[in-house]
Amino acid sequence: MSERILDINNLSVTFGGLHALKDLNFHVDEGEIVGVIGPNGAGKTTFFNMISGMVTPSSGEILFEGESMIGLDPNQVTQRGISRTFQNVRLFANMTIVENVMVAQHCRTKKGIFSSLFNTPGFRKEEAEIRAHAEKVLGFFGTRLIGYRLEQPASVLSYANRRRLEIARAMATSPRLLLLDEPVAGMNPKESAELTDLIGKLRSEWGFTIVMIEHDMNVVRDVSDRVVCLDHGETLAQGSFEEVSNNPEVIEAYLGRPLEKRA
Amino acid sequence: MSTTTTDNDVFEPSPAESAMAAAPVQSSVDWNKVARFGGILALALVFISLSGMPVGLDKRTILYWINPGVYVNNPDGVGLTLGYLSLLIWPILLGWAVGNEVVLEGMQATKRGFSDLLAGFGVGALGGLGVFALTFLMGLDREMDPDSGALVYGVRDPLVNWNENLYVLLTFNRGWGFALWVWPLLAGVLALIGAGLRLLPDGIRKAVLAAVTAIVSVSIFQFLIDDVIEGVGETINDPGRLSNFFGDPDDGRPRVDSVFDGLIEFVYAQTGGLRLQGMILIGVVAAALSLAGSYVTRGRFKASRKAYFDKPLAQRTMSTSVLMFVTALALIILPFFTGKIANELFANVGIFLLLALGLNIVVGLAGILDLGYVAFFAVGGYTTAVLTSAGRGDEWPSWVPLFVTDDGEAVVGGWLIALVFVVIFAAITGLLIGAPVIRMRGDYLAIVTLGFGEIIRLLFLSDWLSGYFGGAQGITNIESADFGPLGTVSGINPRSVFYLVLFFSAIAIYVSWRLERSRLGRAWMAIREDESVAEAMGINTVNMKLMAFVVGAVLASFSGAIFSAKVGSIFPTSFLILVSIIILVVVIVGGMGNIMGVIVGSLVLIGVLGGPKQPGLLQEFSEYKLLIYGALLIWMMLKRPEGLVPNARRSRELHQDEFLQDAWLKGEVDTGDDGDVAVEVAPA
Repeated sequence: MSERILDINNLSVTFGGLHALKDLNFHVDEGEIVGVIGPNGAGKTTFFNMISGMVTPSSGEILFEGESMIGLDPNQVTQRGISRTFQNVRLFANMTIVENVMVAQHCRTKKGIFSSLFNTPGFRKEEAEIRAHAEKVLGFFGTRLIGYRLEQPASVLSYANRRRLEIARAMATSPRLLLLDEPVAGMNPKESAELTDLIGKLRSEWGFTIVMIEHDMNVVRDVSDRVVCLDHGETLAQGSFEEVSNNPEVIEAYLGRPLEKRA
Repeated sequence: MSTTTTDNDVFEPSPAESAMAAAPVQSSVDWNKVARFGGILALALVFISLSGMPVGLDKRTILYWINPGVYVNNPDGVGLTLGYLSLLIWPILLGWAVGNEVVLEGMQATKRGFSDLLAGFGVGALGGLGVFALTFLMGLDREMDPDSGALVYGVRDPLVNWNENLYVLLTFNRGWGFALWVWPLLAGVLALIGAGLRLLPDGIRKAVLAAVTAIVSVSIFQFLIDDVIEGVGETINDPGRLSNFFGDPDDGRPRVDSVFDGLIEFVYAQTGGLRLQGMILIGVVAAALSLAGSYVTRGRFKASRKAYFDKPLAQRTMSTSVLMFVTALALIILPFFTGKIANELFANVGIFLLLALGLNIVVGLAGILDLGYVAFFAVGGYTTAVLTSAGRGDEWPSWVPLFVTDDGEAVVGGWLIALVFVVIFAAITGLLIGAPVIRMRGDYLAIVTLGFGEIIRLLFLSDWLSGYFGGAQGITNIESADFGPLGTVSGINPRSVFYLVLFFSAIAIYVSWRLERSRLGRAWMAIREDESVAEAMGINTVNMKLMAFVVGAVLASFSGAIFSAKVGSIFPTSFLILVSIIILVVVIVGGMGNIMGVIVGSLVLIGVLGGPKQPGLLQEFSEYKLLIYGALLIWMMLKRPEGLVPNARRSRELHQDEFLQDAWLKGEVDTGDDGDVAVEVAPA
């Protein structure tokens, strides 16, 4: 496809003696949707934490658009254009829905203390823009996060809507690369099918490149251009969904060895 | 619980259904609960007795005409004193509380009756027995010293208040045998009255409570009422006072008789306390007002209040600005009608309000628990002192400006110029303390700020810097703030201090209000909610937290500058850790993160109870101030952790379950069934 947006070379991270990730090589091209799969404890979330700057790798390099991301704080990573959602939904539960999305535009806006105090025209204009952008982002999910919901606290939302709001919040930071950590976890089949659709639109309409951790293979199959399977911190297999899902090592990682082979 | 049978036994109803369908259950005495409350009452009464409150407050008469015949501290005294009141209020409160029951949505309250009175009496009697037990033990321990003939006590050493005064007070000077029957009876009857309040119809109960509250407050706040009525009366008799805007209220004018002097004499006795006629007058007026109030408004006030809060924030603006304008006008006019005592009180409340507003940004908005906030108050105070006092340390080089004329007078506008330096130094101190501290989180941060708060105070106290800040002697002869034609703000004229403080509080309120609704305020809230996620969403948490810290520091330094000009001298002892704690308590009790809450908190705590060194309305209680602060804080944390005037968000945080339940009942919660977007289920 087109040029590399994210390039990860020989990346390792250890927690004490535990190798959470070992010599990982990974790349994402602009406009791709990459699915990351793997059994629990494979290191998928650590992988995300490392890209987003929450964990510092022990060795290796992360290049985003050709620039190294090692040592950047999470907020600087977001500033550069990588945004993420969390596996265990972490919204600002007592802020309203629209505020959750407005606050995510922090690094794209700049009005400081004095313009806020004097309520300058520039400040009002920026606030209006922030709000408009927030409503636009929320509108992406249909009617369920806008209208009267805008001013409700995020805590009243159902589980599925909390996930949607998390995605909206990540979208609002205007990223080029979006990291989705189990976006459909806890959703029913109807809801996950709809979200699968929306993930496709995130690329086609919003132009995001997406890396997605997901356990739901239907979603991974429907939406990913390429699938990477991790196990014990190592890449087991890479390629199209069919290739990866038929790879014996992947099957073994998920299901274990057949009994007769064990002996 | 007694059980009842339902009439229609067609099908077997579940317990919940039968409770709904049945006639109200008649309440019965829950002896377990009575014993528990009685025990609590007994402990409370013994504890209060031993805290010294009853004896200490025996000087102050509340009701002139009830005469227990014993006056420990005040041989000429007459009437029911505040000391007795501090004990007798508890049986009433607990008698009321024992009947409390939680009525769930859809359930019916039990019917009230004789059993409630019985339970109340039981609680009171048990509490009274506790007092008797105390007097009995004291009686056993009490013996005549053969040499001096004085009565001495064996365990006097650990228990300072275990003494003859307390014994006399508790036994009405008639020995413990008297206490044996009089305390259970007295406390029992009072608790019975408390329980009986529940049996009254709502309107009547409100009227009775209004009357009692009015009588007690009019009596306790006697000196304030004297002060206000005198001020109002003088202003009516001598309207010329109004033109003297910033002037000294006692500016050589003779004291004018107030038109209300007659009323004061009618209500209050010479020795303090209410006369019988005064009590009846006030009780009847308060009860009548309460009855008339509930008849005239019939819930209209509540309805309009609800309508106001139901409106979306944007539409409230009109009503809010009208309210604010009226309040501001009232605050500007008020000091003309009050005397010196009240104005001094307002000035103190204002100084602490300013501090609390600053801390509210740091703690309430950004969630940074700063326990060393007093440091910035100190920096503000000392910077002003150094720049406007001829008595500052003599090691200052000559280029450090001094805004005092050669004859030792304040330079016009000198305080304002000093204020510019104050802001700069406070901001620098904020940055210096903040930079190392702010990377920490939660408890660690709180402890480190606590340390820095003390370091700043110890620096001002140290011998090393005593050439600059005077060490323990502090800096004296600080000039008052001279604003030229506008007047001079100094401690001898509390009204002027009040106006200055009002001006800066208005600024602080405006700052908090603007920031809360800005990009910065949202970032602070996000940090308070979840710091790691806030950072992952692109917020530079270190910078944002530092900014909150510095804004708070600057607001505190304003307060320090005013404090300096008001008091005229500052010492390191004015900036004890206690000040930080009290400001924090003001913010917590008032309602964290809510400007109105902070205002109410400072009025209640600083105005009524008093600041760390400043007397409040309840001057008599100043010795027990910290005890009351502590009790209040515990009670608040148990019953109303969101504060007196809660911030909607914080309140949600603390009552998440109830909030969600309410929302669910109102049908506002999103249950996840969206029928609104038609999506085809993907084929499996």
